[in-house]
Amino acid sequence: MKKMIIRSLLALMVLGLALIIVSGCSKEEEKIKIGFNIPLTGDIPKVGEASKNAAEMLLADINEQGGLEVGGKKIPLEFFYEDNESKAESAVNVALKLIEQDGVVAIIGPNSSKQAVPAGGTCNDNRTPMVSPWSTNPDTTKNRPWVFRAAFLDPFQGPVAVNFATKQFKAKTSAVLFDISNDYSKGLAEIFKEVFEKKNGKKSIVAFESHGTKDQDFSAQLTKIINSNPDFIFVPDNYNQVALIVKQARDLGYKGPFMGSDAWGSAELMKLCGDDCKGQFFSTHYAAAGAKGATKEFIDRYEAKYGETPDDVAALTWDATRLVLQAIKDAGSYSSDLKTERKSIRDALSSIKEFAGITGSMKFDSQGDPIKCAVVVRIDENGNFVFAESVCP
Amino acid sequence: MDILIQNLLNGLQWGSFYALIALGYTLVYGVLLLINFAHGDIFMVGAYIAFFVATALLGFLDFAPWMVLALTVPLTMILTAGVGVTLERIAYRPLRRKGAHRLYVVITALMCGLILENGNLALLGASRKKFPELLDKVIYTFGNVSVTNLKIIVIFAAITVFLLLQFIVTKTKIGMAMRGISYDKFAIPLMGIPIDNVIVFTFVLGSGMAGLAGLLFAMSYPILEPYMGALIGWKAFIAAVVGGIGDIRGAFIGGFLLGFIEVGVVALFPSTFRDLFAFSILLVILWIKPTGLFGVAKTTKI
Repeated sequence: MKKMIIRSLLALMVLGLALIIVSGCSKEEEKIKIGFNIPLTGDIPKVGEASKNAAEMLLADINEQGGLEVGGKKIPLEFFYEDNESKAESAVNVALKLIEQDGVVAIIGPNSSKQAVPAGGTCNDNRTPMVSPWSTNPDTTKNRPWVFRAAFLDPFQGPVAVNFATKQFKAKTSAVLFDISNDYSKGLAEIFKEVFEKKNGKKSIVAFESHGTKDQDFSAQLTKIINSNPDFIFVPDNYNQVALIVKQARDLGYKGPFMGSDAWGSAELMKLCGDDCKGQFFSTHYAAAGAKGATKEFIDRYEAKYGETPDDVAALTWDATRLVLQAIKDAGSYSSDLKTERKSIRDALSSIKEFAGITGSMKFDSQGDPIKCAVVVRIDENGNFVFAESVCP
Repeated sequence: MDILIQNLLNGLQWGSFYALIALGYTLVYGVLLLINFAHGDIFMVGAYIAFFVATALLGFLDFAPWMVLALTVPLTMILTAGVGVTLERIAYRPLRRKGAHRLYVVITALMCGLILENGNLALLGASRKKFPELLDKVIYTFGNVSVTNLKIIVIFAAITVFLLLQFIVTKTKIGMAMRGISYDKFAIPLMGIPIDNVIVFTFVLGSGMAGLAGLLFAMSYPILEPYMGALIGWKAFIAAVVGGIGDIRGAFIGGFLLGFIEVGVVALFPSTFRDLFAFSILLVILWIKPTGLFGVAKTTKI
């Protein structure tokens, strides 16, 4: 009996190995392989889902026409979606897997700066072009010639939030609650503090409190914040934590306004947060309500296909992927040698001077960072994100 | 002064969850000398069961929210107890029958916890669930101190559960049997006490409380994810050890102690110091009294 089990197990293993070898050896037609380093599980799964949805839409568009036209030849695309679990270390592993195992020519993502900063280093060291759709922390692209992005930077977003809040709430004082283990949240909170204090004087930030990524109870921090009586609370946090923070602040008797950042802009925010978030403002990349032209076309198609309004991550992934495709086209010819192709994509990316994306037109500076406008969005009574103000650099 | 009272209330609420979960650890340990590391994940399963029960009742039967709540509490507790008993049946009992060393059963428990977490992830996906509001929120404000009716219910529930368990273990026949098993697992069956039934009852009690904790947690922090039970489960376990694992008073006091220390540290220092300080304090307590606050050097526990 025992022998039989062992034998059948062995047979299964041999069969499995054979399958791997056979599938690995089969000659396939030439394809342009692009990797996606996105969070499909973990803290922000909706971000990964939105990214994947947008990419799938683009993939279908291009492959329906027979592929991407490069130098007169049509080459079909192949996208690899890898889950980085919203963790920094997994993002690095995913990047390595995409580069070494899957042999992609470029990587889209990671989205959150927490993963994009370390993964950017990996891609840069391995000479593979990477475009992060959503990361706003300056460190992602800093001194990394192989790393690009499609979003504006926090040193730009911070002042936008400060100026808007000062004007809208007539605020003289503010409190900040941020996630200390998240590069994005921490970086933006520090920039916000610096700019706000420069404008309203020292001590105008009456409370500067932090929490950890896995925390669910913020009552101690919020008690401190509410007791210091700020004009508004700035919360540069992911949407899942925002839902808890806003609710708990209301439970503790806080009645004032909140100001958020672009990590609020997920399609899932209103599902999780509900009535408590209505009427709040946050700065973001684009406003879906009232969009025109190519942006509207994208939104309509996305809504028809997936049954929800695309959030900023979806739109930015679309732009980031199209940037890479543009670069492949610009390079003029497609080389089947990975190293040469990666190099020519990088060179083409760095020579793109202006790009008309659906999140607005962008110009690139020498770091590979786009210079583009930010919008401030208000959450209305129906939970829609409505355009409130646009700020351009 | 206001801040102090407010933080005391915050600590009471946060400690209630630790206490409720720690009670489950302590019960199972008391009877079986088994550290049921899957308990934190049973708490998570409890929260999800509460979510599905509540949404189903709201969706299909169109009940008023307070009626849904009244039905959700017992249903969640029963179903979660079922999960706990199933775990005992398929994982712990076979090992016990074969006379496996306690260490292997503890490792099995760890494994079961991982299976529950990842099973949930595979089954329901990574996307978070939003727990429906079953209670009309009322905020009572006294000066600068605010407290919601939910907060009061949570604290009240923790205290009631503690008193109830204390009563069952010390005053009833089945409680006496539980203490008997803890004292001598081999002599007790000879007295005609059905040891398996008593153990199942222990798991029913422990998991039922975890289910209640899951429901209350989901109402207080209405965003559910598959890994929500891991960290809080670990911490509640530590709280139970500091209180003196196996002792019901110990789990209760230990849970609240940890809640107070965590909230207190955040109130006074930057939040990065929270776990560092909280667990350093607990370590000092264990230095002074290695068996925990109420622990007795190993004779009978519970």
